Amino acid sequence: MSVREKRDMWAFIGFTAPTFILLALFIFWPIFYSAYLSLFKWNMISPRKTFLGFQNYQDMFKDPVFWLVSKNTILVAFYTVVVKMGIALYLATQLNKRVKGSSMYRAIIFSPTFTANVAIAMVWTWIFEPTFGLLRVVLRPLGFPMIDWIHSTSHSLPAVIIVLVWSGIGYDMVLFLAALKNIPLEIYDAALVDGASPLQTFWRISFPLVSPTTFFLTITGFINVLKSFDIVRIMTEGGPLNSSNVFVHYLYQNAFQWFRTGFASALALILFIFIMIITLVQNRLSKHWVHY
Amino acid sequence: MGAQAKNRNIAQLIVSKVIPHIVLLLATVVIGLPFFWMLTTALKSPQEVAIFPPVWWPETIRWDNFVTAWNTAPFGRFYINSIVTAAFGVVLGLIAAAFAAYAFARIRFKYRDFFFLVMLAAMMIPGQIALIPNYVILAKLKWINTYQGIVVPHIANVFGAFLLRQYFLTIPDSLYDAAEIDGMGHAKIMLYVALPLSKPVLGTLLLYLFIQKWNAYLWPLIVTSKQNMRTLPVGLAMIRSAEYAIGPEHLMAASIFVLVPVLLVYFLAQKQLIEGIAAGAVKG
Repeated sequence: MSVREKRDMWAFIGFTAPTFILLALFIFWPIFYSAYLSLFKWNMISPRKTFLGFQNYQDMFKDPVFWLVSKNTILVAFYTVVVKMGIALYLATQLNKRVKGSSMYRAIIFSPTFTANVAIAMVWTWIFEPTFGLLRVVLRPLGFPMIDWIHSTSHSLPAVIIVLVWSGIGYDMVLFLAALKNIPLEIYDAALVDGASPLQTFWRISFPLVSPTTFFLTITGFINVLKSFDIVRIMTEGGPLNSSNVFVHYLYQNAFQWFRTGFASALALILFIFIMIITLVQNRLSKHWVHY
Repeated sequence: MGAQAKNRNIAQLIVSKVIPHIVLLLATVVIGLPFFWMLTTALKSPQEVAIFPPVWWPETIRWDNFVTAWNTAPFGRFYINSIVTAAFGVVLGLIAAAFAAYAFARIRFKYRDFFFLVMLAAMMIPGQIALIPNYVILAKLKWINTYQGIVVPHIANVFGAFLLRQYFLTIPDSLYDAAEIDGMGHAKIMLYVALPLSKPVLGTLLLYLFIQKWNAYLWPLIVTSKQNMRTLPVGLAMIRSAEYAIGPEHLMAASIFVLVPVLLVYFLAQKQLIEGIAAGAVKG
């Protein structure tokens, strides 16, 4: 090894060491440690861990709440991603018409992206309030009865979805807008000359050409919703009767409220495996689906 | 013929100018209304809060709601905690990201591609699965209820390192070469060449990190149990519980405490932040 190669090697190690040491300690090692803990019964405090083998996993698959929470999480992810992307793409096509004041529209619609989830959940809880809530002002003229969103087993999950859609539209919109702006104007001109209607132009040109963004937002949106915690924690605490409980919140409850560390670690590992599968599928699919 | 063309022009004008405004205005109202509702509620009297249909703007503005909210819990302390943890988190995060980014952009090393894959893998792994192990590690270090407990587990940020690396790669090789001929080592080249030329992206990354750390809820919630170590979002969530028995007007006022710094940053730098998001995601 030349002097220079040696110097570069040490420089590389030194420069990346802080990042890699922290990643190893707080991201990589925890996967193995979670796998290890998932084989024990432990309350996180006592020095004694009781070995259970795969008991935690058996308990988990027999636990009706685990299945309910998994179902809720998938439902929230699916509806949130589909609804917010649909609206966001529509808004992006309108913004792309370069109307006056578009930067103001964009700034306001994007603003929930950077707003603390705790505050968002707080104001929406108040908006959902059955008697004096703002939502009642909108729903009453439409003939809806008084709805106690937060405390109803049938409405708590939709309430969570509404808030996630509301806060996520801006981000998707900005990404779609960037993708739309990358489409060469000549393509649209050609379509106009050929007499294509606006709808045809959208479905035949814009939609296929933003498909990399659609794909990216579907996957990242799905994974981000799987990981959502804040909104559920503040608005419903997963209730009533777990009707709005989602995976990470259930994990939190098990780990930090009920101190079922082993069981919670098993949940964490399942989440990890699930997200890894999605990521791998994403890598495979992106080669087939996306028009670049 | 002339009338038909005129009609077509009017139709086209409506599609291209009027409909976008209506749609975007509607979206702006739907997104903006909760923010307005937060503000107007925070300024109302208890009587005005409990009316249906609600009043849109209070008869007399109750600024003292903010004083009451501030005094329900040690919000001054929460502010200090949030500022200290966000400041250290941002600065240390930037330093770690800059060094890693420079190494991946400019330093030749046999196993560089392998380590790059490791970084990518770390970005895929959801931090949520590491909550319990991280808590156990911090408990061993006796870092529960400390600033370093809130800050240190989230210093390494792969996203930031990739963003900066991407930018370092756009700096012309000739500049790096000139610095090397002048006898600068990697640390000096990074400090005197790469970083000064990357000020815009450093600024954007700084703002992202700040907003992310300021808004963080789950980790600070887990790693603090003493009231005087709570950050603002955790403290805000706390006062909602029954024992504080405060009205919606005070809860909304307290929510505004949390939002103000980020809103200020956002409105000063929204163009930079939004375009940074768009550019970062398109490049992957």
